[in-house]
Formats: sequence, structure tokens, C-alpha cells
Amino acid sequence: MKTLWSVPPVTRRAAKVWLRNLHVFVKTWKVNFFPPFVEAFLYLFAIGLGIGTYVGQIDGIPYVNFIAPAILAISIMNSAFFECTYGSYVRMYYQKSFDAIIATPLSIEDVIAGELLWGATRSVISVAAMLPVFAVFGVISFPMALFIIPLAFLGGLMFAGIAMCFTAITPGIDTLNYPAFLFITPMVLFSGTFFPLALLPLFFQYIVVAILPLTHIVAIARMFTLPALSPVLLLHLTWIVGVTIIFCVLSINLMRKRLIT
Amino acid sequence: MNEIIEARNLTKNYNDVVAVDGISFTVRTGEVFGFLGPNGAGKTTTMKMISCLSPRTGGSLTVFGMDPEEHPTVIKAKMGVVPQETNLDPDFSCAGNLTTYARYFDIPAAEAKARADTLLAFVQLEEKRDVLIDKLSGGMKRRLILARALINNPALLILDEPTIGLDPQARHLIWERLKLLQAQGNTIVLTTHYLDEAARLCDRLVIMDKGKILVLGTPADLVKQYVGSEIVEVEMTDEVLACLADLKISYEHAGDMVQIATESARDIVKALLDHCKPKRVITRQATLEDVFLKLTGRTLKE
Repeated sequence: MKTLWSVPPVTRRAAKVWLRNLHVFVKTWKVNFFPPFVEAFLYLFAIGLGIGTYVGQIDGIPYVNFIAPAILAISIMNSAFFECTYGSYVRMYYQKSFDAIIATPLSIEDVIAGELLWGATRSVISVAAMLPVFAVFGVISFPMALFIIPLAFLGGLMFAGIAMCFTAITPGIDTLNYPAFLFITPMVLFSGTFFPLALLPLFFQYIVVAILPLTHIVAIARMFTLPALSPVLLLHLTWIVGVTIIFCVLSINLMRKRLIT
Repeated sequence: MNEIIEARNLTKNYNDVVAVDGISFTVRTGEVFGFLGPNGAGKTTTMKMISCLSPRTGGSLTVFGMDPEEHPTVIKAKMGVVPQETNLDPDFSCAGNLTTYARYFDIPAAEAKARADTLLAFVQLEEKRDVLIDKLSGGMKRRLILARALINNPALLILDEPTIGLDPQARHLIWERLKLLQAQGNTIVLTTHYLDEAARLCDRLVIMDKGKILVLGTPADLVKQYVGSEIVEVEMTDEVLACLADLKISYEHAGDMVQIATESARDIVKALLDHCKPKRVITRQATLEDVFLKLTGRTLKE
């Protein structure tokens, strides 16, 4: 009997779904590469140079250097999350792509796993498009900052899994706005992104660390870009890996429940 | 192996609703086997169970001698499916749809491209090769779906209302192609609402209603067994009705006409003309439609 916590029987065929999405992405690459590229500029100018001029430094770090890793972390989150909510929902519900694919040797588990991997890949692509901009402005430190790329895959997979759970239970595409506004937006603001967590009341600090996934991505990203490594990295990493496994498994099983009747 | 699909007491419930209620049938290799029935009869659910897309609630089912729930990957690799709902990939062109689909079957890229070209020609869509799905007419989409279902050279083809909403030209093209596929040794299972389509294509068929199989047989046998060979239709007037009662001829109402099923239309018409003063009389061959309406009733199903 399959439950929501069974290990889903995913096979290598999941790669075919990933490849399908990659082909569509490459066909429209001009539209796809532009946003993260521009986003990097916008953030740097508006917040980094604009607000940064007044703020100056945080804990001895120039403000623009402080927020650069946060901008990358937010991009990791947004890319995977929106790909696996709106993107996957459109493919599932409007295009009926999943129905078409599961009539072939692929199973629904393969399809969803392929979608999750694709979501993570979108995060990697975004970060890869943004890194050169930050490099030119000299606000992140190489080569350590390159570790953001594998982090983008892991963090992307976590947000893909969380997003796919919402997609699996949403009654329609409009209700996906709720997680976007009630979950994503607060994270953008309160995960140690634009001001240090230490400014929050202690109680909220605990809550943020316990339940807001972006906090851990921002923390690791900042260690890589400043750079300022510390053993706490392992704790953040463990948190991310655990949550990633839980939500990826859950999302595949929820999707099976939704689509196989 | 002569039986390609074997169902015994096959049952499917959706929560408390019984969609398929203990049906048994076998589909033989090389035949065209039809499922007829009004909306909600359980045809599509049966197709989904055969194509490993929906687990059964009870009974047994084997496809290629295997259980769809145990060996879906092997079964699906040898099967082509045309779903009722058009689910082509709008992000790709016609050829792109076929080659992308081919990849799901582990067909190498070069081979996939060759097959895509052959199949586009087969369904007469060569000129639309690089056109996006949005730009296709309904008939073209159905033809492309048929081509897509054939990309893995399937031994068994499952078609859920293959010609729904098509104009006569497109329907004829699909019929012709299906006949060709059968001649090449494919087994075809299809559902349809169109009784002329079923009569034309199917070697054997079942008529389903409310999740059960009502009858199974060849189209000709079913017509002979359940209706007779000819139908006389006469305009319904009080005089005619009274007269038919006097003559002890049994009849059925069909709108503003009265239908009399018979082995000899000539005798019935003669009796009508001699005794009943009919306004309008039509004689015709009995068809599958007469069987269908007789078995499933004339009231609207929804």
C-alpha cells in the first residue's frame, strides 16, 4: 500500500522529463536568461548602491556585499518555487503534459522527479546568469563564491519539493497566489536577507531559523561570498538536506494521489 | 498467444461511484474491438485500466499476459494510446511532439526523426512538420495524436473516441489509416459514440451501459439478433397506431415516427398501405444504431 511517506519508485527515465523542459527552455533562452541578469542589476543599484549609501556597513561588511548573497539566495528560491508551482501546474492541468507522458513507459513518479530536478536546474541557471554581474561589481569573493552553484541545485531542489506540494493540493491556479504571498514574500524580507537576523526579537529569530527555509540558504551563501566559513555551515546544510528529502518524497506521493485515480 | 487483453469481472469504483461493474471480455490478437455506450457507461475508465493509467478496484485484467499494475512499463512500451482529450505538447512543433514522445520510449534520436517523418506522411501532415500545435485544426490535432500513438510501433493501439468532433474527410482518413494498421497486424481497441464508425471498423464490439456490458458480438450478428434485418418507419398518427394494434404488429416510438423491426419490410409496408392509410413510410436496413437505442434507451444520458 502506497502512503504519503513511501519511498517513490523513481527511475532514470525522470531525466527524459528534465530534458523535455530543458529543450523548451533553450528554445526561448533569450526570454529566460534576461530576467535573472536584469534582476541582479536592479537589486544592486536600488538596494546596494541606493540604500547602501546611507547604511554604509553592517558588522564591518559593506552593505552591498552583505546583500549580494541574499539576492542570489532569493533567486535560488524564486526560480525553483515558481517553476514548480505555476510552471508545473500549467503543464499538469492546462497542457495535460503529465497525462500524455504517463501513457509511455514513464511513471508519474518519474514525471514529478523530472520536474523537481528541472526546478533545481532553473535555480542553477539563474545563479549562473547572476554571478558574472556580481563579479564585475566586485561584491562577492571568488573562487569561494562558485560554491553557490552546487548550493543552488540543493536549495533549488528543496524549494521545488515544497512548491510541488502546493501544486499537488491546490484547487486551481489562482490559489497558488497564497503561498507566493504568504510564504515567499515574508521570506524575502525576514530571512537575514537585507538586515541581520540578530535585529529580530530573539523569539522570532528562533522561528525564522526553524521554519523559513530561505534563512539557511542565505546563511550558507553569505559564508561563501564574503567569504566567512564556519562550522555552523554543516548545521544549515543538514537542515536543508532533511527538508529537501521530506518535501520531495511528499510531493511525489501527493501528486500520485492527485493524478492516479 | 491469441488473447491480447483478458478481463474477468473487472471492476472500478471511484469513491462510492461504480464506474465499471464487473465486466468480462477478451480481445484477440489482430482484431478491431469496439466499446460502445452512452456517456458515463464506463468506456473511458476501461480504456484507462487497460493502458495502465488507472488501478482497478476488483477482478482480473491481463494485457499481453501481464497485470497492468505489476508490469506497467513493459506493457506501455508495446502500446499506443490515443486519449479522448487532446494532450499534445503546445511547446513543440508537430515533428517536435513526435520526437519528444519517441524519447520517452527510448527510441534513439536519428531513428525517432525518421519515424516522425514517416508518421507525419502517414497522417498527411508533412506540410505542418514545423508548425506549432496551436496553429493546427481539430482534425489535424487528432491525426497528430494518432501519429504520436504509433511512434513506438505498438502491437496494441488503444483509441478513446479517435474521431470525436471531426469533419467527414478527417474521419474517413482516420478510418482508412486504422484499417491499414489492422492489415499490418495491429490489434486495435476503440471506444466511440458513432455507430456507423463502430459498424464500419469493428470486428467485434460490446455495448456498455451503467458500467456493465449489455451485449458482445460482431456488428452484423448484433443487428440480426436484437433488431432484425429491416426497419419500417411510419409517421405516427392515431389512425396508424390503432391500425397497428389491430394488425398485432409490435412497434416502437421514435420521435414523431413509429418504428417496426421486421425480417420483411415488404410485407409490413403492404399491410400498412392496405389497411392503415399511412402518411409517410420509409423502409431501411436495420443498423447498429437501432440495437444501441433499443438496449440503452432513447432518453438523454448525462
